[in-house]
Amino acid sequence: MNAVEVNANPKRVKHDLKRQERALWLRRFFSNKWMVTGSIIIVLLLLLAILGPKLTPYDPYKMVVKERLEAPSAHHLLGTDNFGRDLLTRIIYGAKVSMWVGFASALLSSIIGLAIGLTASYFRYLDNILMRICDGLLAFPAILFAIALMAVLGAKTENVIIALTIVFSPEVARIVRSRALVVREETYIEAIRSQGASAARIIWKHIAPNTISPLLVKATFVFSEAVIVEATLSFLGAGVPAPDPSWGNILSDGKDVIYTGWWMTVFPAAFIILSVLGLNLLGDGLRDLIDPQSTSK
Amino acid sequence: MGQPLLEINNLQTHFNTERGRVTAVDGISFSVEKGEILGVVGESGCGKSVTAQSILRLFDEKYTASYDGEIKLQGEDLLKLSKANMEKIRGNEVSMIFQDPLSSLNPVFTIGFQLTETIRIHQKHTKQEAYQMAIELLRMTGIPSPEKRIDEYPHQLSGGMRQRVMIAMALACKPKLLIADEPTTALDVTIQAQILDLILELNEELGMAVVFITHDLGVVAEICTRVVVMYLGQVVEEANVEDLFTNPLHPYTKGLMKSIPQIEGNRSEKLNVIGGTVPALTDIPKGCRFATRCEYANDLCKEKAPDLQLHEGHHKVRCWHYADIARKEAVEHAIPTS
Repeated sequence: MNAVEVNANPKRVKHDLKRQERALWLRRFFSNKWMVTGSIIIVLLLLLAILGPKLTPYDPYKMVVKERLEAPSAHHLLGTDNFGRDLLTRIIYGAKVSMWVGFASALLSSIIGLAIGLTASYFRYLDNILMRICDGLLAFPAILFAIALMAVLGAKTENVIIALTIVFSPEVARIVRSRALVVREETYIEAIRSQGASAARIIWKHIAPNTISPLLVKATFVFSEAVIVEATLSFLGAGVPAPDPSWGNILSDGKDVIYTGWWMTVFPAAFIILSVLGLNLLGDGLRDLIDPQSTSK
Repeated sequence: MGQPLLEINNLQTHFNTERGRVTAVDGISFSVEKGEILGVVGESGCGKSVTAQSILRLFDEKYTASYDGEIKLQGEDLLKLSKANMEKIRGNEVSMIFQDPLSSLNPVFTIGFQLTETIRIHQKHTKQEAYQMAIELLRMTGIPSPEKRIDEYPHQLSGGMRQRVMIAMALACKPKLLIADEPTTALDVTIQAQILDLILELNEELGMAVVFITHDLGVVAEICTRVVVMYLGQVVEEANVEDLFTNPLHPYTKGLMKSIPQIEGNRSEKLNVIGGTVPALTDIPKGCRFATRCEYANDLCKEKAPDLQLHEGHHKVRCWHYADIARKEAVEHAIPTS
């Protein structure tokens, strides 16, 4: 009986199914309060980074000596820094840098890590070589390694991205590899092989999508770690170079005047904490959401 | 009969393990005629699945496995084919379905995606055409309302349904030979019967030959025309299904038959078992491989390995004493014990 109905209008049924599925995803998304919180924080920060520069009336580079180190007021919402620049504007421009550096290095290290991880897992003779190189890179503490790379590359925003990509790719590669090693032994890989699929098709079409969920989760954590490491580098003067604002170098400037201008330390730090918190909440939530086995709950 | 569809000659499959090279399949020969259902039976670890996977060369040949002998598909030796040509055989000429339907489908794709992909690996069709073909395949394998099911993910289907999807996938390119590696083991009995009926039906309709691997003699009796009994990587007996069930010759086959629980008669009687376990592949007996567990084994068996010899017709057996045993049993039957 059901089958007849379906034959009558298969398109509608399919449409309904899609809608049901979407509704299910949305419900699962909204049932995870922490993930919703994280998403809101990240969306707001992204909006701030993208739209903020157009909304603020101040120039982040223009120094007004008379107005230096003013406390937060209606005029300067978050006060001014030690050169009389509006702190909120500097933080907004800093958000742009931090979000861009975090996003770009998360994306790049995901792509590179995915490629390395899949290659290592499928071509066993490359496994040892690639993984030992990754081990070598992982042996360095992330920040120390990034500082060393920045010393070689020179202080520039793009170089920060390159350095962070080199630092984080091995971590992604390990996760992808370990997942791919499990997946390649699954019967469905053998089954598709027995259907005549080539190695490239198996790796990219069948193994890769199965590594996406841990990869995506890892990528959000890389994002948040990259925000921290970028801030640290800039704080130490090895990251985003001076006149350009970044949360890290605002903090660094702020530490010299911490007794007279607490706002220069508190606000950028709060933004760093907020963005990292948001990303981590999002990453945790994603992990629960994406797992195909947990659909039924 | 002419040329058989599949002819396996003296196939050996070796694996490199930490404890050295082991030969999991040691000198197997059998053939499959067009449209025939051949059963391969034996207990766990006797090399049934390895044989099946060797036919499609599914093992990693670079590191773990190597093959010897011949696997001729319509006269062409599969073991001599290049990697690319082998990929053209898989799924196209010879397909395989696996023991565990629950894990044989990729969880991240809809079954429709996986079916159309298989179709499009070997045949040039647009996505729409392949999609329609996939619906037809699902209908053919008896999945209700395939238009709806096709967009579902594997976890939304039951085990029986998934095995039907696997069969649909295996049939996508109308292969000449289907290798079914214990396709019903993971399913419950009613579903098992349905799947067996389906395989029989497809065998009749499409004239597709089937190599049916199982440890379940009941299933063999139901669907196979010929049977190969394997023990520890070798064929110990080969016969038509009637001959095997009415007149099993090898002590191992006899043991297997006796160990089927009987529903009639005295059920308080203990079930017959074959004592001991299959020896490890690293520790293969010198003489007859079954000698360690055989009640008829004597010094000859322990020293010298018997060959597969022709009994009569197509009935072959690998045992020194099968004729004596048969004679002795005939006498026992003639004089009732009470």
